[in-house]
Amino acid sequence: MADTLTVAGPGPSAPVPEFPMPRAAGCPFDPPPGLGAAREEGPLTKVRLWDGKDYWLLTRYADQRAVLLDPRVSADLTRPGYPLQAPSNGTNNISFILMDDPEHARLRRMVTAPFAIKRVEALRPAVQKIVDDLIDEMLAGPHPVDLVEAFALPVPSLVICALLGVPYDDHDFFQENSKVLIRRDADMADRAAAHGKLVGYLDQLMGEKTAHPGDDLLSGLVARVRSGELTRTDAAQMGVLLLLAGHETTANMIALGTLALLEHPEQLALLRDTDDPKLIASAVEELLRYLSIVHGGRRRAVLADIEVAGQVIRAGEGVIMPNDLANRDPEAFPDPDRLDLTRDARRHVAFGFGVHQCLGQPLARMELQVVYGTLYRRVPGLRAAAGIGELPFKHDGSVYGVHELPVTW
Amino acid sequence: MHVELDEPKCVASGQCVLAAPEVFDQRDEDGIAFVLDEQPAGDTLDAVREAVAICPAAAIRLVQR
Ligand code: HEM
Ligand code: SF4
Repeated sequence: MADTLTVAGPGPSAPVPEFPMPRAAGCPFDPPPGLGAAREEGPLTKVRLWDGKDYWLLTRYADQRAVLLDPRVSADLTRPGYPLQAPSNGTNNISFILMDDPEHARLRRMVTAPFAIKRVEALRPAVQKIVDDLIDEMLAGPHPVDLVEAFALPVPSLVICALLGVPYDDHDFFQENSKVLIRRDADMADRAAAHGKLVGYLDQLMGEKTAHPGDDLLSGLVARVRSGELTRTDAAQMGVLLLLAGHETTANMIALGTLALLEHPEQLALLRDTDDPKLIASAVEELLRYLSIVHGGRRRAVLADIEVAGQVIRAGEGVIMPNDLANRDPEAFPDPDRLDLTRDARRHVAFGFGVHQCLGQPLARMELQVVYGTLYRRVPGLRAAAGIGELPFKHDGSVYGVHELPVTW
Repeated sequence: MHVELDEPKCVASGQCVLAAPEVFDQRDEDGIAFVLDEQPAGDTLDAVREAVAICPAAAIRLVQR
């Protein structure tokens, strides 16, 4: 299959390429070459998914943003034409990320308050302490050590557990099940089982909070169940979404971001030698853009005819919008394949765009600012303890990253 | 130039507060944005232009009145 994807110059009779596409060996940070070829073809091409059906692929930043803002496209995976990641029986409901307005907005607004900029800023000292403590532990322990296990995963897990009111001691359980849920090749039964376990876990936890409420986010949802705004199942599903989205993504940005910096030593040096919050913030945006870890493409079903780049896309068709393409669009970001921590990358779509844009982005940004602003200064000799060719990359998941990153110093 | 915010469209992303903290803030109860300074000028106006460009919900407009 890889052969057909590298064929140059797609003519009119070129076969429709399969999606997702493989990355090139030795270029773990760049989008798959097949996506670059699709861009060359034009703003709108077709790709074939696992179900054998063809869907529209939008290659340009501007078009992707316009469509993600358009109320005529739907995030509901039960709608005709929705480009499913994998077989689904429609039961793995993971709350409002797969809903449309007005229900999406109603549910989302129940949990937006704790993610407001000021509320998140107030957590910065606590996050700094988590990061400092984990680095202390790492430095005191043996090395090489797996940075994912020792640092990248615990930081966001500890943070989201505190915010939600989930006992961190249960992290093995929810991390294992999260992994299954986001694996592209997990079969339907495994995914349904993992989802069921997580919903059951959250439901039980929220049951306990009914009797002993705290000032955490889940206790807030429990209060909404009591007032009749939310069903118990809706609340548990929302809890699963927040728990899942809150640690997998940020963990991958920490580990993959560190690897990208180690591979670009002159960029790493900028971070190691600064305490300028502006430069650190800019580095976070640029790494989000450059790595575009939520790489499976935003996916939507078209509810009523829309026009994209002069072409009509019909109701009942499906569109896929890979942010690794948008974030490397030369019209939006000059010299897009260069990692440049000093560029203004704020307009990236690594958190998506439109009404579903990441709820947790203020938190993710703050965590990454603390991490990138601390780790390399405190461990200036940090280096990879394995060649890039030996590292296991997450080609199989809807969130890209490394399964392991052995480091030493 | 006058800043207008279409509140029902806002998804509480906080992007405007990051881009132009002098001009935007968020409500305590649900993080929905509101305007602090309706007629920004100079550098602040440029920051508002950036907010207009990055608002994921296209909820902010700059209008001539
Ligand atoms: C660097 C880390 C992160 C990245 C790259 C990321 C990326 C994304 C993306 C691309 C979407 C849009 C999905 C779509 O349009 O279909 C999204 C949505 C979402 N993210 Fe994140 N995310 C991150 C961290 C977080 C964190 C820390 C949380 C905390 C709870 C979170 C919670 C959510 C939720 C709840 C949604 C659904 C929003 C909605 O549908 O309205 N994310 N994220
Ligand atoms: S950037 Fe837009 S969506 Fe985000 S808080 Fe401001 S107005 Fe609301």
